[in-house]
Amino acid sequence: MNSKNLLVTKGLKAFVADFEILHGIDLAVGEREVVALIGPSGCGKSTFLRCLNRLHEETEGAHVEGSVVLEGIELYDRKSDPVALRRRIGMVFQKPNPFPSMSVFDNVAAGIVLQGVKNKSVLQEAVERSLRQAALWDEVKDYLDRPGTSLSGGQQQRLCIARALTVKPPVLLMDEPTSALDPISTAKIEELVAHLKEQMTIVVVTHNMQQASRISDRTAFFLYGNVVEYGATREVFTTPKNRKTEEYITGRFG
Amino acid sequence: MNRQLDLALDGIRKRLLEMGTAVEQSVEDATQALLVRSVDGFERVRETETKINRLQVEIDQECVELIAQYTPVARDLRLVIAAIKMTMDLERMGDQAMNITHCVKDYLKETPIDLSLRLSAMALTCRRMIADSLDSFLRRDESLARKVLLRDDEVDSERDAIVKELLEIMRKDSSKVSSGLALILIARNLERLGDHATNIAEDVIYASSGEDVRHVGAKPSETE
Repeated sequence: MNSKNLLVTKGLKAFVADFEILHGIDLAVGEREVVALIGPSGCGKSTFLRCLNRLHEETEGAHVEGSVVLEGIELYDRKSDPVALRRRIGMVFQKPNPFPSMSVFDNVAAGIVLQGVKNKSVLQEAVERSLRQAALWDEVKDYLDRPGTSLSGGQQQRLCIARALTVKPPVLLMDEPTSALDPISTAKIEELVAHLKEQMTIVVVTHNMQQASRISDRTAFFLYGNVVEYGATREVFTTPKNRKTEEYITGRFG
Repeated sequence: MNRQLDLALDGIRKRLLEMGTAVEQSVEDATQALLVRSVDGFERVRETETKINRLQVEIDQECVELIAQYTPVARDLRLVIAAIKMTMDLERMGDQAMNITHCVKDYLKETPIDLSLRLSAMALTCRRMIADSLDSFLRRDESLARKVLLRDDEVDSERDAIVKELLEIMRKDSSKVSSGLALILIARNLERLGDHATNIAEDVIYASSGEDVRHVGAKPSETE
């Protein structure tokens, strides 16, 4: 865990129409740190994640108040461009969502192609690097021209991770990345997170308590749109400070 | 919520108390023999020891199964870890009761020494430590567990004093070497019983608060 804060939210509130989903979240995520967000369904953890790359505001009637600062730059500044920002903050969703009409290669290359990169060898190099980083290269190197959707669920999810990595984001957001995967694919993604954290910061929403305790350095427990407890994962899962946290992680509430 | 896990944890708690009660009985039988100069309780100590050994294996197995089935966390996890450690201490205590029985048997064949009364008093302190450590587990009473820790030093110095006095007696009267030696071994086993009761009290504190007080000394309880 690195002590330098990379991503800091202050008084972050999220709304859909008049309904306040998040009630002012203050949370700091360190450089090359994995932070797990846990909490019962509807507590606001996914919304929080979607505020970090300005995805929440894409929902109809939604808006955000407060501040999110990435590497010293305010994301909610009027002048900042959400599309440019999302290159700095990759995201992986619960259900693998490769671009259905694209090959494995094109899926991974998509991010930098959009940036205007056309040079074939540059693309090839980036695709191989990302697929290797996502621990998928050996499995797909001979099938790069097949449709991305032809891969297994676990492979598709790693493909989506590779796609996010191509633009070298300092932050990767993962929203329940393994909830649709079998235990072997899940283990591969978890291993991947352990490797990726050497180079980037990862914020992951998970309903799997054991997963949170395995892969994260710090854990934030969300409840009714607030962070009830945020601390070292080791402590949260052995000696939580808050009674609500204890009740939730031991399965007695939520 | 989570009735199954709660039932399983309660089951382990009950079985530990069953094992603890057996140990208390065993230690009482073993040490009473010294006071009443009778070997009547010995057979029961042996039978109880077999029961204690069986309970250790069964409880440990239940703990392993519970971990595999429920992957407990937080206080549930701490309870299961403490339970596994407690069975180890309780099993050793059963062995110590057996050791004491053998020593008492040897002692009763030899010339009596006055000190056997003082040793019985020490046995009483140890039995109280055992009872309190188990009670603190039953009632999840952290402050009682902390009191047990304080009494460990008491038992240690009592053992030292008794051994010193016995050595003196043995030096003066060589006919009392065999009985003296038996009493020294009893004092040593009693002191070890106190150590195990202390371990159990430490496990109770860990299970209830998450604080690891081993080798550092417990902070005084906030309720005191």
